[in-house]
Amino acid sequence: MNKIIYFDNNATTRVSPEVKEAMDLFLTELYGNPSSIHQFGGQVKKHLEAARSQVAGLLGCQPEEIIFTSCGTESDSTAIYSALNAYPEKKHIVTTSVEHPAIYNLCRYLEKQGYRVTYLKVDEEGRLNLEELEKAIGPETAIVSIMWANNETGVVMPVEKAAEIAHKKGVLFHTDAVQAASKIPINLAGSQIDMLSISGHKLHAPKGIGVLYVRQGTKFVPFLRGGHQENGQRAGTENVPGIIGLGKASELALNNLEKEQSYVGSLRDRLEKGLLNRIPNIKINGARAPRLPNTLSVSFEFVEGESILLLLSDYGICASTGSACSSGSLEPSHVLQAMKIPFTFAHGTVRFSLSIYNTEEEVDYVLEVLPGIIKKLRDISPFSPANSAH
Amino acid sequence: MWDYTDKVMEHFKNPRNVGEIENPDAVGEVGSIVCGDVLKLTLKINPENHLIEDAKFKTFGCASAIASSSVLTEMIKGKTVEEAARITNKEIADYLGGLPEQKMHCSVMGMEALQAAIENYYTKKGMKVFPGEQEKIICKCFNVSEKTILKAIELNSLKTVEQVTDYTKAGGNCGQCKGEIEKTLKDYWARQRQTPYQELTTVEKIRLIERILDEEINPKLREDGGWLELIDLDGKTVKVRFLGACSSCLLANQTFKEVVEKALRGKAAEDLEIVLV
Repeated sequence: MNKIIYFDNNATTRVSPEVKEAMDLFLTELYGNPSSIHQFGGQVKKHLEAARSQVAGLLGCQPEEIIFTSCGTESDSTAIYSALNAYPEKKHIVTTSVEHPAIYNLCRYLEKQGYRVTYLKVDEEGRLNLEELEKAIGPETAIVSIMWANNETGVVMPVEKAAEIAHKKGVLFHTDAVQAASKIPINLAGSQIDMLSISGHKLHAPKGIGVLYVRQGTKFVPFLRGGHQENGQRAGTENVPGIIGLGKASELALNNLEKEQSYVGSLRDRLEKGLLNRIPNIKINGARAPRLPNTLSVSFEFVEGESILLLLSDYGICASTGSACSSGSLEPSHVLQAMKIPFTFAHGTVRFSLSIYNTEEEVDYVLEVLPGIIKKLRDISPFSPANSAH
Repeated sequence: MWDYTDKVMEHFKNPRNVGEIENPDAVGEVGSIVCGDVLKLTLKINPENHLIEDAKFKTFGCASAIASSSVLTEMIKGKTVEEAARITNKEIADYLGGLPEQKMHCSVMGMEALQAAIENYYTKKGMKVFPGEQEKIICKCFNVSEKTILKAIELNSLKTVEQVTDYTKAGGNCGQCKGEIEKTLKDYWARQRQTPYQELTTVEKIRLIERILDEEINPKLREDGGWLELIDLDGKTVKVRFLGACSSCLLANQTFKEVVEKALRGKAAEDLEIVLV
C-alpha cells in the first residue's frame, strides 16, 4: 500500500498547507499568552481577533458572537447546558433521532438526570417533519437542538425554518453544524439560530479546536469556569495555534464554497452513478433528500460493512461504515435505524465523504476495485441469491 | 481499527472451504441478519466411521466471523463427529492466534454452528438429542439461551457481564437482560465456590453427584441417545448405570472413561472410583 485515497472527510480532514503555514509562527516564535500584560504575549491577541473575524466571515455573523472551544462536542455540551442552566424551570429538550453522539448521548444522559427529551423521527430519506417539531415544543421546553447536516448520510435539515418555529414558541434554538460548515453556505445574521457548533478538524484545520456561536443577547451560562478568556464565556488559555489555523481554514472554506458545490459535488455524483451502474442490489441513503455535496452513504445488500472497509483498506482506500460489528454495538447505527433501512442493507453500509483534495482518478479507482470486493463477499454470504451474487 | 492477528486477516482474505455441500449429511445455521452475523455450515459425514469428510461454510459478517468460519472447517475436516463435538470456541480463537475480546462472539458462533450441525446429524439418524424441554432464552434481542451463556462462562472463565456480552452478544442491544446475566454469573460462580467434597454430608454428596450427572454428563450422553443413573454411593465408590441407547452401545466403555470420570473427578473429588453396574 503506497498511495492513500482518503474518502473519509466526515471523520476528519487533512490540514491545509496554508493552514499549517499560518499556524507555524504561533508554535515557534509567537508562543506568548494573549492575556499577558507584556508586549510579547499581548501582540498575539490581535492575531486571535483576526482569526475570530475570519470564522465570523464563514458563518455570516459578528466576531463578538464567536466563542472558541476545544471541539465540536464541547460546543454542543456548552449550548445544551447553557440553555438548561439559564432556564432551570424548563425540563424538556427537543432534538432528533439522528443526531451525532455529541448531542444524542448527552440527551440520553440528561434523561437519566430527570430531563424529558423528545427525539423527532425522520422519514426513510432522513428528512424531518417540521409540523412534528411544532407539536413537540411546549412551555416546558428549554431548547431545540437539530443538526444542520447528518454526519452519516449528509442529509441537510431545514434548520433555518426550524429556528423560526422554535422562536415562534419562545424557545432557544441550537444547531450542530459540524458537518455543514464549509460544505454549504451559512448566514447566521439572516437566520434566527441562537447557537451553532462547528469543529476545526472537519474543515482542514487541526483537531482540538471548535467554535460555539452565541447570538448577541442570548442568555448564556458558561460551561468551563475559571479565567476571563473569551470574554468570560469560556475559561482556559486559548489554543492559539488552533485558533489561528481555524481562522485561516474558515477563510479558505469561504473562498472554496462554490468549488465545494460544483467540483466536490460532481465527484460524489460520479462515484454514486458509477456504483449504481456497476453493482446490483445497492441503495443510496437519503438520495431523495437535500444532501451535502461531499457525502455518499451507500448500502450493499447481503454483505457486512467492516469486511468491505478492510478489503478497501488493502487498496489504500479509506471510508467508514454505519454498522460497526462489535459486541457493544451489534446493530446498525441509530441513524440508519431511524431511517428504517432494512437490516439486509443496513449492515453493509459504507460512507464515502470527499473533499476538495480528492480527484476524478481517485473516484475511478474506487469504481474499479469495489465491484470485485462486493462480489467476493457476496460469494461468501449465505444470503445472496446464487444468480444475483454479482 | 481492530487489532487482528495475521492469521485472522489471512483467513479473512483467503477463506477456505467457502460454499455449500450438495445433499449434506448435516447442516448447522446460526445467527440472524438482525444481529449482523450468520454462519451456515454444511458437512459430509461418512456413515461407517462418522468421519467428517468435507465441510463448507457461508458467512455473513465481519472479518473475524469469516475467519472463524474458515478455520472451523479446517479444524473439523478429518475428525470424527465425536471428536469434533468437543471443539470449543476458545480452540477456534486460539487457532486464529486470538481474537479481540469484543469479537469473541464470532468464535462462539463457530462452535454453535458446529454443534447445531452435529445435532442435525444425530436427529437425521433418528437419535433423540435433547429432551423436549424448551431452552430458556435470556437475551431476547439476540435470542441467546441460558445454556449458551453458561457454556461461555465455563469455557472462558468469564467474570463480568461485559465479558458475557463480548462472548455471546447477550445484553449487547437493549441491555434489559443484564440483570439476569449478572444473576447467572453469580449463581455459576457460587456453585464453583462450593464446600470441599470431603466436608459434605452423604446426602449433599449424592445431590452433588446427581447434579454433575444431570448438568455435565447426561446432556452429552443424550446426544448419543442414552443417559446415566446414580445407583449407590459407597465411600469413594460411585455406582452408576447406563440407560437408553448407551446401554447397548459399543462405545459405552470409552465414553464412560473419557466423559464421566473427567467430570466427576474434576467437579467432586479426585479420588472417586466409578463403577459401572
